[in-house]
Amino acid sequence: MQHFSKLSIFMRKVTILLLFIGISGFSFANKEKEFNVSEMIMHHIKDAHEWHLYGPEHGGTSIYLPVILMDNGLKTFSSKHLYHGESVEVAGKEQEISLHYVKGVGPASGYALYHEEIYKLNGAGELQFDGEHPHNPQPLDFSITKNVMSLLMGAFLILIVMFSVAKFYRKNGAVAPKGIAKFFEPIIVMVRDDIAKENINEHKYKKYVPYLLTIFFFIWFNNMLGLIPFLPGGANLTGNITVTLFLSVCTLLVTLFSGNKNYWGHIFWMPGIPVPMKIFMMPIEIIGIFTKPFALMIRLFANITAGHIIVLALIGLIFINKNIAWAGLSVPMALFISVLEILVAFLQGFLFAMLSALFIGAAVEEAHH
Amino acid sequence: MDLILPDLGLLFWTGIVFCCLLFLLAKFAWKPILNAVNAREQKIAESLELAVKTQAEMKALKAENDQILKEARAERDNILKEAKDAANHMIEDAKTKSKVEAQKIVEAARLNINSEKAAAIAEIKTHVATLAIEIAEKVVRGELASDEKQKALAEKLAGDIQMN
Repeated sequence: MQHFSKLSIFMRKVTILLLFIGISGFSFANKEKEFNVSEMIMHHIKDAHEWHLYGPEHGGTSIYLPVILMDNGLKTFSSKHLYHGESVEVAGKEQEISLHYVKGVGPASGYALYHEEIYKLNGAGELQFDGEHPHNPQPLDFSITKNVMSLLMGAFLILIVMFSVAKFYRKNGAVAPKGIAKFFEPIIVMVRDDIAKENINEHKYKKYVPYLLTIFFFIWFNNMLGLIPFLPGGANLTGNITVTLFLSVCTLLVTLFSGNKNYWGHIFWMPGIPVPMKIFMMPIEIIGIFTKPFALMIRLFANITAGHIIVLALIGLIFINKNIAWAGLSVPMALFISVLEILVAFLQGFLFAMLSALFIGAAVEEAHH
Repeated sequence: MDLILPDLGLLFWTGIVFCCLLFLLAKFAWKPILNAVNAREQKIAESLELAVKTQAEMKALKAENDQILKEARAERDNILKEAKDAANHMIEDAKTKSKVEAQKIVEAARLNINSEKAAAIAEIKTHVATLAIEIAEKVVRGELASDEKQKALAEKLAGDIQMN
């Protein structure tokens, strides 16, 4: 049954994608513009101030998310005033490209949206371009963007699921699990036993289990949400470098604050090797502290973003070739990749938690004598 | 390029949401779930241990029962033997006693018979004596019917006495 629902979700995903890209493709065609597959993919995997539902990319149906700016005080307005503002076309330095941005109206006046970034208009009421990038200052943007919205929904989903699991145990006590608890208990036990207990000292691992569980389920749930092509999914949250940066910094901080004398000793004064080597090893070990979480950040970002790009590129084949017959090739391939992505969604969560546990385990390890 | 540049706003919201999530889950989800799972695991481990212990106890109990049964059987055999012995003894006793009794009775009977016999003999003797006397009287009367006969007898008697 579960298999079937995943399949049906995927089929819907493909349908919606076809619809979405199809219509946007047509709208480009109407303007005598080439379908730009990389622009379409980039648009999808990057953040936005609106949640596009269906219809053409410009002028389709979207949920306009709140914009929150810190610019001489708090300014909030709907992103509708940015998207449905005054459209401006500027000739770029190279004559063949024209740059397109939107000036906000109403409460959003004074700001402009260019490539999903908000800029302050200059005295003349326009953006000052240098090449393809505006020179105008940017206000601090705390908007509830598509990714923030997805983040909130993902967190909400995890809370609902885990609270209902917890409710089962609170109600029934220490009995054999049933229903939702039966599904999630093996996964929770796996994180506790195979990730935490396996990598962290037996007497110290308990403290880190809640963190590892949270990080695992956060990544897994959000990865899965990212695979759903429509509300409440479709955002590329775990494939966003900001999110993976935050998660890896969390692991870095947990590792650093857990580090014992033995750990720091191995970093600054490696035991068991000659003094010149000790001095040589010190900077390497210090760099090592940061490369480990850096690798975590890049791994999750690249895996999830790559998954989104592959699916979109395969679907994009149809529109690059302007022939529906290509669907016969690209849809089965996209299906294959999407099924693979379901595995990757779990695997990346597992890996992130596993490697975090490994780093923490190394930090709390006692000296061997 | 902005694909790999962190965004301050998203970082801010991710931080807040993740920290809230960590706090809420740790307090209201992971703690009760892990506690329940641990409690259950402990319960299962204890139950298994108890089962092994109970099995050992059962074994010991069975051995004990067997021992008791064996002892009981031995005791029963013993009792039976004793009873048999006692019975035999009693029979033997009774036999001996009855023999003695019988002998006594026989002895008494014999004594009785003897005394009766003696009495009878004595009576017969008396009777015979009386008869003899009567016969003798009659004979004597006959003998003494004439003088010659008296004289002859006297002489004979005298001759007998002399001979004795």
